[in-house]
Amino acid sequence: MTGIDGIEIYPIISLLIFFIFFSLLFVWVFTAKKQHIEDMSNLPFDTTNNDKPIL
Amino acid sequence: MEVQQFYYDNKIVKKFIYATILWGLVGMSVGLMIAFMFVFPNYTSGISWLSFGRLRPLHTNAVIFAFVGNAMFAGIYYSSQRLLKARMFKDWISDFHFWGWQLIIVAAAISLPLGYTTSKEYAELEWPIDVAIALVWVAFGVNLIGTIIKRRERHLYVAIWFYIATFVTIAVLHIFNSLALPVSFMKSYSVYAGVQDALVQWWYGHNAVAFFLTTPFLGLMYYFVPKAANRPVYSYRLSIIHFWSLIFLYIWAGPHHLLYTALPEWAQNLGVAFSIMLLMPSWGGMINGLLTLRGAWDKVRTDPVLKFMVVAITGYGMATFEGPLLSIKYFNAIAHFTDWIVAHVHVGALAWNGFLAFGMIYYLIPKMFKTKLYSLKLANAHFWIGTLGIILYALPMYVAGFMQATMWKQFNPLGGLVYGNFLDTVTQIIPMYWMRAIGGSMYIIGAFIMLYNIVKTVKSGSAVEDELAEAPELKKIIKGRLVGENWHRVLERKPVKLTILATITILIGGALQILPTIFVKSNIPTISSVKPYTPLELEGRDLYIREGCVGCHSQMIRPFRSEVERYGEYSKAGEFVYDHPFLWGSKRTGPDLHRIGSKYNNAWHFNHMFDPSSTSPGSIMPRYQWLVHDKLDISDTKDKLEVMVTLGVPYSNEEIENVYNSMEQQATEIANDLMKVEAISTSFEEEKAEKGADFVPLKNREIIAVIAYLQRLGTDIKVKN
Repeated sequence: MTGIDGIEIYPIISLLIFFIFFSLLFVWVFTAKKQHIEDMSNLPFDTTNNDKPIL
Repeated sequence: MEVQQFYYDNKIVKKFIYATILWGLVGMSVGLMIAFMFVFPNYTSGISWLSFGRLRPLHTNAVIFAFVGNAMFAGIYYSSQRLLKARMFKDWISDFHFWGWQLIIVAAAISLPLGYTTSKEYAELEWPIDVAIALVWVAFGVNLIGTIIKRRERHLYVAIWFYIATFVTIAVLHIFNSLALPVSFMKSYSVYAGVQDALVQWWYGHNAVAFFLTTPFLGLMYYFVPKAANRPVYSYRLSIIHFWSLIFLYIWAGPHHLLYTALPEWAQNLGVAFSIMLLMPSWGGMINGLLTLRGAWDKVRTDPVLKFMVVAITGYGMATFEGPLLSIKYFNAIAHFTDWIVAHVHVGALAWNGFLAFGMIYYLIPKMFKTKLYSLKLANAHFWIGTLGIILYALPMYVAGFMQATMWKQFNPLGGLVYGNFLDTVTQIIPMYWMRAIGGSMYIIGAFIMLYNIVKTVKSGSAVEDELAEAPELKKIIKGRLVGENWHRVLERKPVKLTILATITILIGGALQILPTIFVKSNIPTISSVKPYTPLELEGRDLYIREGCVGCHSQMIRPFRSEVERYGEYSKAGEFVYDHPFLWGSKRTGPDLHRIGSKYNNAWHFNHMFDPSSTSPGSIMPRYQWLVHDKLDISDTKDKLEVMVTLGVPYSNEEIENVYNSMEQQATEIANDLMKVEAISTSFEEEKAEKGADFVPLKNREIIAVIAYLQRLGTDIKVKN
């Protein structure tokens, strides 16, 4: 590994990729509006098709 | 806004469900067949296409791609239409996808038993079938994305994201892992060699688990569990974190299949780190699935659909806890190559995939046939016999795994191995193999009960092939954000951008891990004494591949005292530079073979292949008598060498021109050596007298090439006395 040119930059890049990725993810999730989240989680229950409980 | 009427296509879902049940039973039955070979090794003796080595890939491929694959497509086609409020993009693409996929399965079911295999796990199918898979997969993707584009629902539910990630990632994995140069129709060599081939293969292999067995089924979980429990998912926020962190982390984890091997240390450690991190999103998802049942646990007592789903999600939790655990080097040193891994994958396959598929089928069939399930009692019976089957399968395999690991590693006070003969371990765990076969039988009986129940249900109802639905037309948003819309909400309604982002996410891991191993020379130190195989050895190696020897024998001695003592010097990266494909293996039902070369004489190998128990009493290796009877096919040898040259193996022009002379010479030497054994020479003299002109001399038979290859294995760096 030490024989590879510019290897020192790898850990820094990796850390940055990780930090940015998860930061964005958390910003995304925690700034989402409650109403929107609720709408989204109710998507499978749209009543336009004739869903009836089985059994 | 105009309300549009349209029809959901239930027919395609129905077809995929029928295929799921059919191929599920086939795949499980082949599994049971080979499970019984551990206790009756020779019950198909003499029939090459029913031998363990050839049936094992058939079992894994049938279960993964035929059973789970069809179940995945059934669920995706059903839920996508409803989540997107649109019929599938094109009916003819749906049909092409369905029939194309079944045709590929049939091609696999024929070609694998005939010995056409690349030997790369879960990617065994030869190149023409690989091309067909790519085509059908693209058709599936076009159909899915086409439906997304013509949808009537603005935002994409998280299940759809999982489906998109499945499509994109499997396409990338399949293409890069299957890159090979054809020698002829149904024979090719991987473009990668040795360490690089291993890394690419397990990048693929692990992510086949991730993106074929996990992400699509998570999508199904996020749709069908809320539907069956009749309440929304516990936390939609958690599902967003689950999705992005899962696909981001999963793609890096492949090297945990190669710990302590000749893979560069940095790549191993990268795989370990990411595998341990994977626990977080996996358990986040499991908790999200189970907590969706909050307030509905009373229904779990009565509703078989929920019962199956609860055990499925629990199985997912167990398998994804065990995965990171097994990736820790300490545990991996114990578990790798043993039956522990077999237990691990079957908890995933039988509980997570199997039970989620069963739950989904029990949910869908009554719905699509506008009737009630024929028998709740039978569904409950299926649930219990299946659950007990899983336990009875997994527990003995865990015990067997621990026994193997501890017996392989046990030293006596003088520093020698207590169980120096590999068979000491094999004979000890036969009772475990018995119990496993019984557990597997129970699981299959359960599946047959389901078949009966479903047939009866279908007969009592009437199929609604085109289900009427209505939804308002989706108004186009010309540009930018809507009032008060966040950037993430923009993304949630932009399928193409979401697809691109998901692709980038999975490519980061793949590229950073694989490219340095391929392009940075210092990662694989070459060894000057390592030379390419002779033409005869290469043919022998291809027979080793054809017979699926890699299913039971590794060629990778890890740098442990116990392994070096048992097998010899540990394996070095530089020893595999001409191995297209690599044959390190992943399971030791039999001993490692990397240093088998010149350990025994030629006659030993001859007798061992003809009847393993003659040289190794108690062996559970099947007989390979057809290798002794059949003539070696050398019509492609020259082409094979030329393809190898293209791949960078340094055969000289002279070697290629003289290929048949050199083969003849090496074969004659081995044959003459064998003929010195009286029993062998007498039997061949007799056969010659009997067959006359049809007689094939010993030197021209397949066994000679196999012996040549085995005697060469691992000898390039042997210190000569």
